[in-house]
Amino acid sequence: MILPLQLSEVTYRDIIKPLTLEIAAGPSTIILGANGAGKSVLMRLMHGLLAPTGGRIAWHESDPARVRRLQAMVFQRPVMLRRSALANVVYALALAGVPALEREPMARAALDEVGLSYLARRPARVLSGGEQQRLALARAWALHPEVIFLDEPTASLDPSATREIEAVIRAFDASGTKVVMATHNLGQARRLGDEVIYLHQGRVLERTPAERFFSQPASAEAAAFIRGELPWV
Amino acid sequence: MQDFPGVLAEARLWQIVGLSLEVSLSAVGLAALAGLPLGAALAVARFPGRHAVVVLLNALMGLPPVVVGLAIYLLLSRAGPLGSLGLLFTPGAMVIAQTVLILPIIAALSRQAVEDAWREYEEQLRSLGARGMRAALTVLWDIRFSLLTVVLAGLGRAAAEVGAVIIVGGNIDGVTRVMTTAIALETSKGDLPLALGLGLVLIAVVIAVNAAAFLVKEAAQRRYG
Repeated sequence: MILPLQLSEVTYRDIIKPLTLEIAAGPSTIILGANGAGKSVLMRLMHGLLAPTGGRIAWHESDPARVRRLQAMVFQRPVMLRRSALANVVYALALAGVPALEREPMARAALDEVGLSYLARRPARVLSGGEQQRLALARAWALHPEVIFLDEPTASLDPSATREIEAVIRAFDASGTKVVMATHNLGQARRLGDEVIYLHQGRVLERTPAERFFSQPASAEAAAFIRGELPWV
Repeated sequence: MQDFPGVLAEARLWQIVGLSLEVSLSAVGLAALAGLPLGAALAVARFPGRHAVVVLLNALMGLPPVVVGLAIYLLLSRAGPLGSLGLLFTPGAMVIAQTVLILPIIAALSRQAVEDAWREYEEQLRSLGARGMRAALTVLWDIRFSLLTVVLAGLGRAAAEVGAVIIVGGNIDGVTRVMTTAIALETSKGDLPLALGLGLVLIAVVIAVNAAAFLVKEAAQRRYG
């Protein structure tokens, strides 16, 4: 177990204000907030792509290699390598140190999971946006991480591709992987979130079960955000 | 110009064309083998003095061929440190000189290409756990179609230069005479039709190589996106 993840007084330049947060195993966590609230930066800090300028980020597990291997991230715009869909997943498995003979079966299983088996041999870069994002999910999923960070995974997709992605995310959640997803899409937060962390100008204003967040938000900013108003105008 | 067709028929001419291609393609192959990974490494590495290295490498693209020829000549001459190899005035010496000449071109241009691509790939590759040279080579391989142009720039320089090969090769008929040195010689002898004919063949060969490379690149890019 690498969870829980503990952020203590974490800052990042002037984007994230001193922020203390614990991410524990269990139901999915949605990080909700307007554009510029600091969601993406917070995701990158937790995933380890950015180093905090202040404070401390600590996993329960102290071995950095295990921490790296047991978490994955899917970006808003996935970067696919110029090779087949299958080879993209195999590449990730190779980096994670999976023995050569086990890579292809594992990669095929991951593609199967997201419903992309029939495109395994197709070059990844010529797939549609939705297919590429599902491939990114398969690539992240292939190692069965304990935590998966999703940074607005459907922000550049159409509604039908979004539905497919959400179905995959629900399957991850059901299999016991901790889903931490940033989004500014209220409908998506409602559909996928068990708890909501509401981020506003680099601060956590609320952390509540999703149901309560939508019915009775505690802060005026969150209430305004839910009503679809921009809180700073 | 009447004897122009006769010139083309000469077996000697084709021997010269063949040697030109052999020397320049060998040099490009060696320079690409060393220069592409070097450029990629420089693109992703961060160390003190990196900017100075980048500037120096870019500047080396403008190395005068005669200066490279002279340096290799001194290294390979009988009294030089590598004189015992007996390479001076052989095609081998010409390959070495051209490799030195175009290595900076291939390394500098691929450094720029990989660095531009790195902006797109960095987060994703770091997230997947690719670091250092592994990440650099992944990006290098991923932009392989664009790098074809980099290699062609090197080939163009090698095929066109005369200064380096004439100094270390000596323009010996049947041994180290290539198209550019033959053109220089025929021009100085006053045989302008022959020089012109050779020049046209040289240009045709360069166009043919570039056209082939272009077709390969287009086909591959359509396939892989």
